[in-house]
Order: sequence, then C-alpha cells, then structure tokens
Amino acid sequence: MDETLTQPISLEALRAGSRSEFARLVEQYYTPIYRLALKMLANEQDAEDVLQNTFLKAMQHLKDFEGRSSLSTWLYRIAANEALMLLRRKRPETSIDAEPQEEEADLPRPELFSDWCCLPEQELLSTESKTQLDFAIQKLPEKLRIVFILRDMEGLSIKETGEALNLTETAIKTRLLRARLALREILSTYYKERIQPEP
Amino acid sequence: MPHEHEHDITCQQLLASLGDYVEGEASEQICREIERHIAECENCRVVVDTLNKTIYLYHQSAQSTSVPQGVHGRLMQALKLDYLVTKKG
Ligand SMILES: [Zn+2]
Repeated sequence: MDETLTQPISLEALRAGSRSEFARLVEQYYTPIYRLALKMLANEQDAEDVLQNTFLKAMQHLKDFEGRSSLSTWLYRIAANEALMLLRRKRPETSIDAEPQEEEADLPRPELFSDWCCLPEQELLSTESKTQLDFAIQKLPEKLRIVFILRDMEGLSIKETGEALNLTETAIKTRLLRARLALREILSTYYKERIQPEP
Repeated sequence: MPHEHEHDITCQQLLASLGDYVEGEASEQICREIERHIAECENCRVVVDTLNKTIYLYHQSAQSTSVPQGVHGRLMQALKLDYLVTKKG
C-alpha cells in the first residue's frame, strides 16, 4: 500500500489532470513544504495557509511547469514565494526595509569561541534547545533564513536552492555562509551556558 | 598570530573559504591550508567545529518536526481531493 508513495510521480499523468496522481504528489511533499513554511513563519496557522496555497497554485499552474527544474524544486519555489509574500503582508510598514547587510560587505567575524560541540546530543537537541534553534532562525533576515531552511534544514543542493529562489549559486553560497555564521553565534551564546555553569 | 609558513592563511581568509570547506567543495590545497591553520589556531578550530555542528543540529531538528494532526485532512479538503484519501492516521 505504501509502495504507491515511492514510485516516481508521473508528470504526464499530472498534466493530463490525474487527480490521483496529484494526490500522490501531495503525499510525497506536504511534510517538507509544511516544515519549510513553519520554520519560515514560526506560526502554525500561517504555515497551514502557505501549505494549502502552495498546492492550490501548483494545481492551477501545472500546465505552465516546463520541467526545467525538478517537480520538488518547483514546489519549493512556490512555497518560498508564498511564505515571503505572507511575511511581507504581515510586516508593519515602519520596518519596510530593516534588512541592511549586503553581499559585498565583509563577513562578520566570529566573536564567540566556546567549544560546545561535545555537549551530549540529548542536551543539544532537548525540547528546550529545539525551541532555541527555532527562535534563533527567526532572528535571521528573511533572505538569509529562506536560504538556510532550504539548503541546511531541507537538504536541497546549492543548485536547487538557487533554482527555487531564482538566485545564482554564488549568491546562495554567500547568504548561506552568513546565515550559518550568524546562527553559530546565537547558538554559542545559548550552549556555552550549558558547558560553563559558572562565569 | 604570526605564522611561519609562506602560504599560511589568516583567520579572515579562512572565514572566506569556510563555505566551500564546509560544503566539501574546497580544493585540496585550500583544505590543506585550512587544516594546517586550525591545527594551530584554537579559535578557528572551534568555529569550524561548531559551525558544522550548527548545520547538523538544524538538519536533525527539521527532520523531527512533524505536521500537526488535522493539517493533512484540511489540505486534501481544500484541494477537493479528500474523496481519494483512503485513510490516514
Ligand atoms: Zn584562525
């Protein structure tokens, strides 16, 4: 019964309007798409809206899908756009462009050097720690956050991330490194308390 | 910190190559330079290790994030595909 899930999706059947094939597409991708939206928006209701809109749009625009990227990348692309649009709608007008940093600027130098690597995994991934992880990505500027989520959380390649966001691989790499370094600093602040209880 | 080697990279140069290094895409020469640097520079060694760990932790936590109950059913309804769903947990 579950082997229907692992067979590759037939683009031909999808284009021919097969409802059952579309349902298989949904089964394969609804979890990662929901996750992407949730990590991006940090709100379950918003994530669900993005999830539904993503597949509704996919259904409507299937005929325009040219197959230049994979189906999954195409879905991520729709989802990323939906999430970014929702964020823009929600953002208060006062902070329209509170995202300065540009690609040309020097990389921020690392400032924290405590070695928290060897904390036990149950500590690093405790419920509280996971909440901190989620909290930390919300501090990233949106355009770094989306790159980090696609590449490092969902495991897309640099190339696929570029296709999903319509950015060059160089731009993806730059944003990715900035995102990773920023998160490393935030996590260092949190985890260092766990290795050094006293100052 | 002054370095002895002619081709030694600075901490700032290491930072610039870090993306490729972490992706496993750095050239053999860059890898050697980075490894030589972090053997002697504790701060950069920690940055490399905790950076890798950061990526690992986020990947792990994403993979363990599940979809709340009801989301799937409402999605199928919105897509008018619910009649196709046999039954899902
Ligand atoms: Zn160094």
